[in-house]
Amino acid sequence: MTEVTESLEKSRAATFSWYDFATRHRASLAAVVILIFPLVMPFTALAVNILIYGLYALGFNLVFGYLGLLSFGHAALLGTGAYLCGIAIVHFGWPWYAAIAAGVLGGLVMALLIGVLAIRTRGIYFAMVTMALSQCVYYLFYQAVDWTGGENGLRGINVRTIDLFGLRLDFINPMIRYYVIAAFVIAAFFAMSRILASPFGAVIEAVRENEMRARASGYDVTLTRLLTFVLSGGFCGLAGALQALHLSIVPIEILHYETSGLVVMIALLGGMGTFFGPMIGAAVFLVLENVVSVWTVHWQLIVGAIFIACVLFFPAGIWGTLIARGRR
Amino acid sequence: MTAGAAQSSEIILRTKGVGKTFGKFVALNNISAEFCKGKITSIIGPNGAGKSTYFNLLCGAFPPSNGRVEFEGRDVTGLPQHRFAHMGIAKSFQITSVFPQLTTRENIRVGLQALVSRYDIWRPRARLSELVERADELLALVGLWESRERAAKTLAHGEQRALEIGMALASQPRLLLLDEPTAGMSPEETRTMMDLIVKLALERTVILVEHKMKLVLGISNRILVLHHGELLAEGTPQEVRQNEAVKRVYLGQREH
Repeated sequence: MTEVTESLEKSRAATFSWYDFATRHRASLAAVVILIFPLVMPFTALAVNILIYGLYALGFNLVFGYLGLLSFGHAALLGTGAYLCGIAIVHFGWPWYAAIAAGVLGGLVMALLIGVLAIRTRGIYFAMVTMALSQCVYYLFYQAVDWTGGENGLRGINVRTIDLFGLRLDFINPMIRYYVIAAFVIAAFFAMSRILASPFGAVIEAVRENEMRARASGYDVTLTRLLTFVLSGGFCGLAGALQALHLSIVPIEILHYETSGLVVMIALLGGMGTFFGPMIGAAVFLVLENVVSVWTVHWQLIVGAIFIACVLFFPAGIWGTLIARGRR
Repeated sequence: MTAGAAQSSEIILRTKGVGKTFGKFVALNNISAEFCKGKITSIIGPNGAGKSTYFNLLCGAFPPSNGRVEFEGRDVTGLPQHRFAHMGIAKSFQITSVFPQLTTRENIRVGLQALVSRYDIWRPRARLSELVERADELLALVGLWESRERAAKTLAHGEQRALEIGMALASQPRLLLLDEPTAGMSPEETRTMMDLIVKLALERTVILVEHKMKLVLGISNRILVLHHGELLAEGTPQEVRQNEAVKRVYLGQREH
């Protein structure tokens, strides 16, 4: 018996070292991949999209994968970030960095507002309440035509150069644009890694695992959920702000519930509750969309079929399945 | 008043006329009782007697419909559950309740962390290394040190119950509430658990809910007997065993 456990521990120690190494340096690994990523991609624009949607999914995954709540209203967080960043530039002429800060703040505040109302509900009710509230946000921005451009979207977010301590970067150049956005995304990965490795990160998972036990241990479950939702809003707000800068327009569709559904799909595809899953999900989804839509207009049919196959045969997602294989 | 205060310092927990109704159903009616510090008190009664309801009022899982609960002389009626752990009251659940995907050690570590750090999102949790050391001590105490790296869901039933006790101890409680700690256990596991409870009671007050009367007679200092939501009898194991009303309730029931 002891021999069995010993050999088991030995074999684990052998395979685990890689896994532990990757876990310890997960943010640096993400940084390396992001830095070399555009060099292997056919179009930089696609690479930028993957970064932004990956960041959006990273924030969503904090609530979905780590906290265990299915939110169907994350479009409101992404969209608020995008609109506030855009409004700061278009209507107030703020510099780009202040506009990004406004976007992050917008994501945080919107998450707080939605969170306070929705966080006491569970399961399907949480999904429904968040979706309803995000629809309210959609109509709010849709109606405020003077500020948001309504149906036409918010246009004219023209950031041509990025001033960085006297250094003027040409934001029109796709490669430079990629690396400016990548800098923010990498910073977000480091922040996420820290949050997950913090004492609070342990509380998030404990609440997901067993709410009653967490409460009996002395954790305020409601407050933990709310704080996690707000943190998630910060990441999604940043993704929205970067999207606004990247597209130089905020389309009203960013607040549509399809945007909320998309991120669920990306997280499931990549692997919910894993660190790299969201980014991998975003890459696979957007590349598929790009490749398949070249030869058929019915690309959604094919991507949908692939998605269903993934959920049926790899319920842990692409990255989740790979981790499970690697650990065995 | 001075004499009363001296006496009440010996009382750790007190309920004054607590009751609980669910809709029209009266689960518990007007129970006043006192629990002595440093002792093992058992709450027994047949199925549906209101034991678990009473237990849940004591540990703050839900508030009583009427009456009040006092812990160390302080009114704690209606406080949220998570505050109880900070005051020094810990509980184990009747149905095993652990963090299934986390390792055994992480289960205890999270329990310990609740007293130290709950909302720190920035410093690495590895810095709180003293928590891991204390977790290992508790794992040794409840006999789970060998299984420290295993996911809690892979533990045997008896081990999961022991883990729950370890998690309850993590909050350094002065009062430990156990809801049928031996439910579903083999005779051997039950003996181990009973030994553990006696050991734990050396340093803290223990209140125990149990269905099987025989199990607690040997280890309890005091016993409360509930029946149909009422307090039927109260006293030492000797007194309770000889109580006519208790005999009547347990008569005809197969003694376990």
